[in-house]
Amino acid sequence: METIAAISTATGNGGIGIIRMSGKNCFEILEKIFRTSKNNKLNIEKIKGYTIQYGYIINNETNEIIDEVLVSFFKNPKSYTRENMCEINSHGGMVVEKRILEQCLKNGAILAEPGEFTKRAFLNGRIDLSQAESIIDIINSKTEKEAKASINQLQGYLSENISSIRHELLDIMADIEASIDYPEYDIEEVTNKKAMTLLENVKNELEQLRESFNTGKILKDGIKTAIIGRPNAGKSSLLNTILKEERAIVSDIEGTTRDTIEEFVTIKGIPLKLVDTAGIRNTQDKIEGIGVEKALKVADDADLILAIFDNTKELNEEDIKILDLIKNKNSIILLNKIDLENSKLEKEVRISNLGKDIVKISAKNRDGIEELYKEIEKMFNIKEIDIDNGKLITNIRHKNQIECGIKSIIEAINAINLSLPIDIISIYIKQTLEDLGKITGENVTEDIISEIFSKFCLGK
Amino acid sequence: MKYNAGKYDIAVIGAGHAGCEAALASARMGMKTLLFSISLEAVANMPCNPHIGGSSKGHLVREIDCLGGEMGKNIDKTYTQLRMLNTSKGPAVYSLRAQADRKQYQSEMKHTLEKQENLFLKQAEIVDFTVENGKIKSLETNIGAIYEVDSIIVATGTYLKGKIFIGETSFESGPDGVFPANKLSEALKREGVELIRFKTGTPARINKNSIDFSKMEIQEGDKNPEAFSFDDEIDPNVEQLPCYLTYTNEKTHDIIRKNLHRSPLYGGEITGTGPRYCPSIEDKVVRFADKERHQIFVEPIGRNTNEMYIQGMSSSLPEDVQIAMYRTIPGLENAEFTRPAYAIEYDCINPSDLKLSLEYKKIDGLFFAGQTNGTSGYEEAACQGLIAGINASLKLKGKEPLILDRSQAYIGVLIDDIVTKGTNEPYRMMTSRAEYRLLLRQDNADIRLLEIGHSVGLVSDERYERFIYKRNKIEEEIKRVRNKTIKPTKEVNQFLVENNSSEISTGVKLADLVKRSELTYEILSKIDEDRPILEEQVQKEVGIELKYEGYIKLQAEQVEKFKKLEEKKLPQNINYEDIKGLRLEARQKLNKIRPNSVGQASRISGVSPADISVLLIYLETLKK
Repeated sequence: METIAAISTATGNGGIGIIRMSGKNCFEILEKIFRTSKNNKLNIEKIKGYTIQYGYIINNETNEIIDEVLVSFFKNPKSYTRENMCEINSHGGMVVEKRILEQCLKNGAILAEPGEFTKRAFLNGRIDLSQAESIIDIINSKTEKEAKASINQLQGYLSENISSIRHELLDIMADIEASIDYPEYDIEEVTNKKAMTLLENVKNELEQLRESFNTGKILKDGIKTAIIGRPNAGKSSLLNTILKEERAIVSDIEGTTRDTIEEFVTIKGIPLKLVDTAGIRNTQDKIEGIGVEKALKVADDADLILAIFDNTKELNEEDIKILDLIKNKNSIILLNKIDLENSKLEKEVRISNLGKDIVKISAKNRDGIEELYKEIEKMFNIKEIDIDNGKLITNIRHKNQIECGIKSIIEAINAINLSLPIDIISIYIKQTLEDLGKITGENVTEDIISEIFSKFCLGK
Repeated sequence: MKYNAGKYDIAVIGAGHAGCEAALASARMGMKTLLFSISLEAVANMPCNPHIGGSSKGHLVREIDCLGGEMGKNIDKTYTQLRMLNTSKGPAVYSLRAQADRKQYQSEMKHTLEKQENLFLKQAEIVDFTVENGKIKSLETNIGAIYEVDSIIVATGTYLKGKIFIGETSFESGPDGVFPANKLSEALKREGVELIRFKTGTPARINKNSIDFSKMEIQEGDKNPEAFSFDDEIDPNVEQLPCYLTYTNEKTHDIIRKNLHRSPLYGGEITGTGPRYCPSIEDKVVRFADKERHQIFVEPIGRNTNEMYIQGMSSSLPEDVQIAMYRTIPGLENAEFTRPAYAIEYDCINPSDLKLSLEYKKIDGLFFAGQTNGTSGYEEAACQGLIAGINASLKLKGKEPLILDRSQAYIGVLIDDIVTKGTNEPYRMMTSRAEYRLLLRQDNADIRLLEIGHSVGLVSDERYERFIYKRNKIEEEIKRVRNKTIKPTKEVNQFLVENNSSEISTGVKLADLVKRSELTYEILSKIDEDRPILEEQVQKEVGIELKYEGYIKLQAEQVEKFKKLEEKKLPQNINYEDIKGLRLEARQKLNKIRPNSVGQASRISGVSPADISVLLIYLETLKK
């Protein structure tokens, strides 16, 4: 049977965590991610059951050490599942546990279904009939728990994103499938170019979504947050308000912040690494110029952009450049200086059309800052993830599905690059939908067919 | 007066596309078979569109043919136009479509039935049937003839309590002025069969003398058309008839909007559920209000008639409104109606009451096929008729039923869909319903199914041998192309450059060149000097198999995974109520559907992955 892995220690941040693996490739997978204290590989041949080995779990792509661990070995059939098994004892804490589990999954294990270890124990004859019913109960209760966690998860950020991506894919699938199933009708054919643009977009969105799952990284490094805006829009005032201390130079003369400033701060339990950038502007001034370039770069690889606009001024070219920059990014739009009369931007369609969350603030008076915090909390949903392992597992499952979705979409893109016919391309788009559908539990075929008939007018 | 009319093996009720296939299959498998039709003038009628095939339906026709059914052969004899559609969209979705000469199609099919040994075609309405100890025993005609039979195949199409609506007028009727079957519904209900109400519709027919074709676009058939049956060849000298394309406009839509209150659909008189994919023109105008025009296809009904079918204008509005709105369309300004458009409502069963063999779960020997199972379309009906005919016969022979799975045929997808999920509107086949459509191509229907057709006894030994010969040829040629190395000679590179392909510097396998997007197996014959002379069908197959090899292989791997759960069979006598751990909804659904395998169970809506785990564990406990 395929090798399964899961975190088997209970909810919460205990002192120690156990990650369990079972299946025919269990030792081979461990070999890839385990190093002894002398940085040697594991010798699979020599593994004996009921022994413990000290060493490290590493990320075998970067060779970075993830944690110091003790691994217990159990050899088939003398194990709980009657398969080869190992238990990785790590330091507790969900971030570490999750990262170890991810290594197992990346190297060939699949995430265990609820109760699957026990199920295997039964299927392999380890436990008898009378215990079978209790396994079923375990499966049910665990499934229910996960389902609940999953629903919680799905109500937030993830669900909105997945459903918007699914919608884009369903839309193009409907175009393709309608033109196939109704060849005589004048349905605009999906050109490779059109499909390519869309698929590239979806791929980017999925990759961003995948990144958002890196809570380990986020918890360690903080969410890299760029505050951008044209000169004097109020970037530094906002930063100061958040930090509640004068750290950056604030003045009324445009262009006084010369370089980026980084600050760590925890908002509602979410760690942010705040970066203030020099105002984006076209400038001849050399020193100022360096700042602007860096600002754009910082904004480009930020996890979150707070785009701040001066509500008392009309949009200018620089503002539009910023709107353009944040279009496909995790971002929140801030209309600053609402304490002053003369609102120019509240009805600005170029802003509202972006579909981003908009928060009105006065950085100086601290008005609207709480709303901003709430938006950030909603966006990262990190408190939820932090709470218990059930949710964490759900999280990994979702991330896995998103990874599958990315693989499928890459296949679709490859198929376009090879000029393959549309039916082959559509097979992979459908596969992506299936992958994402497993997160939201929707029926892909039925969705496509409904989409076709809601979009096109076909038939006798 | 009732009288005993004799004993037969199988009786088929209804001689539409499902009934004809069912009766032919059964008779050809050696069963003494009755086939009843309310009117023998209505045998194999096409009461709606005069065409066969098209996307995914063309696949069904080829599958029917390779299993030994009749539809493909019959249309090959009676087409008026043939076109291969979707040729630019990829090998999985090429679709052959034929315009049919409706009358000729009917008389050809009727004659085939009449000539068939063991087959007894009779004009009668079946009004009742009897069940004894849960098994079919006999049936009775409207004039009192009682036939003793072992099996009944119900293929009543839209005739069961058929009711036609044209505006404010409605009357009990089957399609095309034939009597409806009003009594059989009561008998079915008495025996516990749940009936539901569906509706469909058809547009008007117009005399072509009154049509100005110069205002329409002409659509011709293919120059060198393919036949539906791999066994048939098309005579290129047979004249093909053109179809025409025109459009509705704002004037048409205005008339419709102003008269909506006179439509029984909007007035609430029609209660049956209609399909999303066959909306009436009034539906289209309401639902797609911003669309300025809709396509209208004008198709001939046959060679010896002036009647033209107006696809896209199905309606249940009153005749006077119909005439007014048709006359707003370019080319139809003086349209003379021969038959008005109408909507028809009819009784059908809930297909999830059937087994995958198409036998009704609760009555032994009672089979259902075609539109009465909640499907729509001639091809969908025909393939079910064929499977019901085969399975009713196999059952009487004491053999296991023929169940095609989703990886074998569109037929398998169709039957699995309706039986496992049921349907809340008339079900139409679509290529997007097939998960493995790269494997279920219309070009390889024989490779997928002919062996099965032969083993059930519907494909002759002679045809089977021809097929084996063809299959060997394909395999040999694929092997040759895979092994053949093309050397980087001057001629080869010149050829490659001429075809916009990049040059080669070392020897390359011919099969790899076929995979290049700018090249094809066919084009490469120029640098493939030892290519044998091969039939066109063989060449096409080799080309597709090689070109899409990687993708085909990938789907084949998915099928392997799919089969794992399909092969875990669930005993039919399980009481799901007794399985602790199944959620309530799953228990109820499983008890109702009674799936054959864990795979089928996993496709039932309301059965979760956790329920599937429970089933797997339960199966293991049964083994111990």
